[in-house]
Amino acid sequence: MPTTKSLYGRRLPGYAIATAIVLTASIALAFFYAPIEADQGFSQKIFYIHVPLAIVTLGGFVFGGIFAIQYLRSGESRHDLRSYTAIHQGLIFCIGALITGCIWAKAAWGQWWVWDEPTLVSFLIVFLLYCTYQPLRFSIEDPERQARYAAVFAVVAGVFVPVNFIAVRLASPLIHPRVLGSSGGSLPNDMRIAFYSALLGIALLFITICKYEMSSKHSRAQLAALRRSIGGERDEPAPVRSAAPRIAVK
Amino acid sequence: MSAPRPPSALSAARAVLYKELTLERRAPQTLTAMALFCASAFVIFHFALGRDEVEGALASGVLWVTLTLAALLGIGRSFVADREEGGLDGFLLAPAPRTALLIAKATTLLIFLLIVGVFASLLFSILLLGPTPNAAQWASLALLILLADLGIALVGTLIAGIAIQTRARDLITSILALPLLIPLLIAVTKASEPLLSVGGGTLAWRWLALLGLYDLIFGLLAYALFDYLVED
Repeated sequence: MPTTKSLYGRRLPGYAIATAIVLTASIALAFFYAPIEADQGFSQKIFYIHVPLAIVTLGGFVFGGIFAIQYLRSGESRHDLRSYTAIHQGLIFCIGALITGCIWAKAAWGQWWVWDEPTLVSFLIVFLLYCTYQPLRFSIEDPERQARYAAVFAVVAGVFVPVNFIAVRLASPLIHPRVLGSSGGSLPNDMRIAFYSALLGIALLFITICKYEMSSKHSRAQLAALRRSIGGERDEPAPVRSAAPRIAVK
Repeated sequence: MSAPRPPSALSAARAVLYKELTLERRAPQTLTAMALFCASAFVIFHFALGRDEVEGALASGVLWVTLTLAALLGIGRSFVADREEGGLDGFLLAPAPRTALLIAKATTLLIFLLIVGVFASLLFSILLLGPTPNAAQWASLALLILLADLGIALVGTLIAGIAIQTRARDLITSILALPLLIPLLIAVTKASEPLLSVGGGTLAWRWLALLGLYDLIFGLLAYALFDYLVED
């Protein structure tokens, strides 16, 4: 089994503090600096959470695919761990984006779900696909094979995302506001500042949580290795089937 | 004495394809199951929808949902015999490029899907379809079936290659294949809709372009990634 010696928790406190500061500032900017939107009123404030969540989710999936390619090329288990963590956290952020999208749809159009809304529908399809990542990993016992097959999945799913967005957009009329587009509802400056700070805050939160997850998994593996070295081989627990990558520590 | 030259990808693929078709001819399993599934599904749709005839978007939906679910049966069976009877190990021992296995499996699946597609469309036009398509509309529908089946065969072979090594093979095949096929289904159902409507209509080229793009992208992906699925 490949081994890893790198420490994932080194810059964790710095990221955590930066996340807390930027997120707090962005919430303050969204509520007290950015003006109330004329059409939708106060309910539009969810935009400062929903859109960054959606963008960071897609970023997580893309990075999951990139790390998967690196794993397939190098066979190093740290890339598998990174790919797994990015997709795992991306899925959680995706649930957040879907829920906030539903709330916004209810506030804006009076319904929890609207099929005319291509971005929301695309997100649901992407969510359904990435939901299969964990069951797929869980159903393969051999860790090396699990990592390889999961990497193939991550690359296929990463390519699928833009194809899916094109297909769904072609199939539905456009009603989603294109907030950052060159035409249509472009943002005024004060809203733009609040939006970009919220995007930075959510992106930092994503990175912090990913680093925390990797650090936690690594620490647990180190602890298990230490226990084994103290207690001898007989104390080694029976391997537990898991969807998460297994980390071997020297 | 010089060592014999290893077979090229195409000649190895031809041999595997011949094996697959002979297997299906001698002990018909997949093709008959897929065809029977389509017939049963049309009967179920008749009662579930409470209609004698369907047309337009509904007809397109019924036809393609049936064909997609039938395709899942074919995808699920794709590598089963090789896995259970050791054919996969035999192939890996042979000095043949692994791409040959992808080409052979995808072609087998494509042939099965085309046969079932033609059978199901004819049966659908007899059992459920209200309007009668003209020759041009039948030709357009045939083109759609070809392009859609090519995409299903490529994605299906990739998924079958992943799922065959898992413990919950059937579950993984279904939950992986359906979301991955959604863009293809959007394109093909939208494109079929005017062909199955009263008064008829023509094929929209943008859906054909989307189907072609889907086939191209997933064809390249399958080619690039399939080797990693048959390493051991």
